[in-house]
Amino acid sequence: MSASDFGAALPRPRMDLAPALTPLVVAALAFPFIGSVSTFVTLTAAGLAMGMMIFIMASGLTLTFGMMDVLNFGHGAFISLGAYIATLVLLPLTAWAQSDSLALNLGVLLLALAAAVAVCGAFGFVFERLIIAPVYGQHLKQILVTIGGAIVVEQLLYALFGPDQIPLAAPAAFRGSYLIGDATIEKYRVFAAIVGLAVFAAQMLVLNRTKIGLLIRAGVENREMVEALGYRIDRLFVGVFMAGSALAGLGGVLWALYRGQVHASMGGELLVLVFIVIIIGGLGSVGGCFTGAILVALIANYAGFLAPKLALVSNILLMVAVLLWRPRGLYPVSGR
Amino acid sequence: MMILSGDAPRGRALRIALIAVTLSLAFAPFLFPGAKPLNVAEKICVYALLAASYDVLLGYAGIVSFAHVMAFGTGAYGVALALYGLGPGWGAVALGVVAGLAVSLALALAIGLFSLRVQSIFFAMVTLAVAYAFNVLASQLSQITGGEDGRSFQVPFVLRPGFKLIGGEIFGVAITGRVLSYYLVFAVCVALFLILLRIVNSPFGRVLQAIRENPFRAEALGYRIVFHRTLATCIAAAGATAAGAINALWLHYTGPDTALSFSIQIDVLVVVVIGGMGSLYGAVAGAALFVVAQNYLQAAMGALSKGAAEAGLPLLPGLLHPDRWLLWLGLMFILAVYFAPTGIVGKLRAGNGEGG
Repeated sequence: MSASDFGAALPRPRMDLAPALTPLVVAALAFPFIGSVSTFVTLTAAGLAMGMMIFIMASGLTLTFGMMDVLNFGHGAFISLGAYIATLVLLPLTAWAQSDSLALNLGVLLLALAAAVAVCGAFGFVFERLIIAPVYGQHLKQILVTIGGAIVVEQLLYALFGPDQIPLAAPAAFRGSYLIGDATIEKYRVFAAIVGLAVFAAQMLVLNRTKIGLLIRAGVENREMVEALGYRIDRLFVGVFMAGSALAGLGGVLWALYRGQVHASMGGELLVLVFIVIIIGGLGSVGGCFTGAILVALIANYAGFLAPKLALVSNILLMVAVLLWRPRGLYPVSGR
Repeated sequence: MMILSGDAPRGRALRIALIAVTLSLAFAPFLFPGAKPLNVAEKICVYALLAASYDVLLGYAGIVSFAHVMAFGTGAYGVALALYGLGPGWGAVALGVVAGLAVSLALALAIGLFSLRVQSIFFAMVTLAVAYAFNVLASQLSQITGGEDGRSFQVPFVLRPGFKLIGGEIFGVAITGRVLSYYLVFAVCVALFLILLRIVNSPFGRVLQAIRENPFRAEALGYRIVFHRTLATCIAAAGATAAGAINALWLHYTGPDTALSFSIQIDVLVVVVIGGMGSLYGAVAGAALFVVAQNYLQAAMGALSKGAAEAGLPLLPGLLHPDRWLLWLGLMFILAVYFAPTGIVGKLRAGNGEGG
C-alpha cells in the first residue's frame, strides 16, 4: 500500500469552521459603529495587513511550543534583530530604494528580507543550541533562560547599533496608497499581506504535504511516539526553531518598514501581541494562529478608531472572551 | 528562632553576610550619612520586600509571573492618588493602601483563577499581556494618573525633610522627617518579610513546594492546585502592593517609570534568581548586591568604557557603556540559572564562600 492509500482509508476529521468565521463576525459587528463604508474598508484592509505581519512572527513560536513545549521569551529579540539586519541592507543601498525602477525597489526589499531571514535563522541555531538545549523539559528554567537571552540580545543590539531609533522608509514603489472609491489602502500593506499569505500557504503545504511536515505535526501531537518510531525529533526541532526565528526576523523587517523606524524595544512590544495571538489560536496550532492574528489585528484597528485609549485593552478583552468560549484556544491541539 | 519561623539562614558565611546587611540597613542613616546612601539603603529595603514576595511565586510555587510590577504599581498609585486628591494626612495614606490592596488582590485573583487552571505557562503569557496593558492604561488615563508625568504629592508632615523630631543631633545626625521615612520603610519591610517567612514555612508553604515538585502527586494527595497557586499569587501581590505604597511615600512621587516600568519586573526577576530561588533570604542578598552594583558599579563601567575608548579598542566602549550594564547582568542571570540555581544563598550555604 502506498501512503495515499492510508490517507484514503482514514476518515477525515470534520473541519471546524466556527473559529475561522469569527473575524467575519467581528467585522460585521464593528461595521454599524464605524458607519462609513470607506472608513470601514480602510480599517479592515489595514487590519488584515497587520494581521498577516503578526501571523508571520507568531507562527514560528506556536510551532516550537507545540513540538517541544519550549516557549521562547526571546522571540521578541529575533524580531528586533531582523529589523536591524534590514537597516544594514536598506541604508547603504538607499540609491536602489529611491530609484524609479520597480525592479530595483523590489530587489532591495527582497534582499533585506532574505538577509534578515538568513541571519535570524542562523542565530536561531546558536540560540537553540547554546541557551535552550541544556534545559529541555524544565519549564521554569526555560522561561528564565530565554528571558535572560532576550535581555542579552536586546542589550547587544543597543551596543552595536546605538540606543536611538533608526528611521527606515520603504522603497519608493511601496509608498503611497491605492484609492478605491473613498477608501485608501496603503501599497506597502498590500505587499505585507501578500508576503504573509505566501508564508501561510507555504507553511500549510509543508505541514500537510511533505514528510517533514507530517513528522512536525506528529511531534506536536505526541512527541514520545515519534521518538519511539525512531525519528530524531530534537534535530527536527532545531530546524523548526531556526525556521521560527527566521520568520520572526522576516516579520520584524516587515513591521519596521510599516512603522518606518527600528528600535530594539519593538521586539518586546510585539511579543505581547504575539503571545495574545498564540493563546487565542491554541498553542501549537498554525491555523489557529492565522485566525487569531487576523482577529487581534482587526479588533486593534477597529478599537483604535472607535476608542483609541482602549486599543490595547481590547486585545486582553478579546483574549478573555475567546478563552471563556474555548479554554484552550480557537483550535486546540490534542494532547495539551 | 521564633521570629524567623524556624527557618534561620543555614551556613556560617550566609549568616554573617545577612547579619552584616541587616545591621547596615538598620543603622544606615548613621553609618552612611548623606542623601545618596540613604536612597540606596531605601531601595535595598523595597527591592528585598518586592523580591521576597516574588520569590513566594517563583521559588516556592514555581510560577513565573510578569504582573508583579503591576501590583507594585497599584500600591504606589493607590497612595499617590489618595494623597494627591485628599491632601497630606495619615487617613489618605491608609485609604490609598487599602484601595491599592483591594485592586491588586482583585486583579491577582482574577488572573489566577482565569489562567492557572489550564497550564502554568499560560499564566506567564497572560500576566505579561495584562501587565503591559495596565502600564499603557496608566499612562493613557492622564486625567486620573497624571499620564507619563505621574503625580507628585505631599506626604504627612512628620515624613517631610523639614520636620525635626528633636532639636539636637544623635551621633551627629539630625533626626529629620527623611530619617523617620527611612525607618518607616525599614520597619514595614522587616515586618512583612518576617510575615512572608512565616507563610512559606507554614503547612501552606509546604504544599506550594509539593505542587512545584510534583503537581499530580500533590493533587492525588487531595490538595487543590488552583486554590493554592491562586492564593500564592494573591499573597505575592499583597507584598508587592505594600512595597509599592511605601516606596511612593519615600519618593513623594509616582509615575509609570518608577512604579510600572517593565524594567522593574526584570530587575526583580534578576534579584530573585541571582540571590537564590526558593529561599527568602536570597531576596535580601540579591537585592543588596543588585542595588549596590546598580549604583556604584555603573560608575566603574563608565570609567572602563572611557579608558577603552581612549585606547582605541573597537566595540568595547559600547559594551562597557554604563547604560549597557543590563547586558552583563543578563549574562550573569543566564549563568546563574544554569550553574547556580540556588543563587548566592546556595553558594554561601555550600560554604565555599563564592557568589554566583
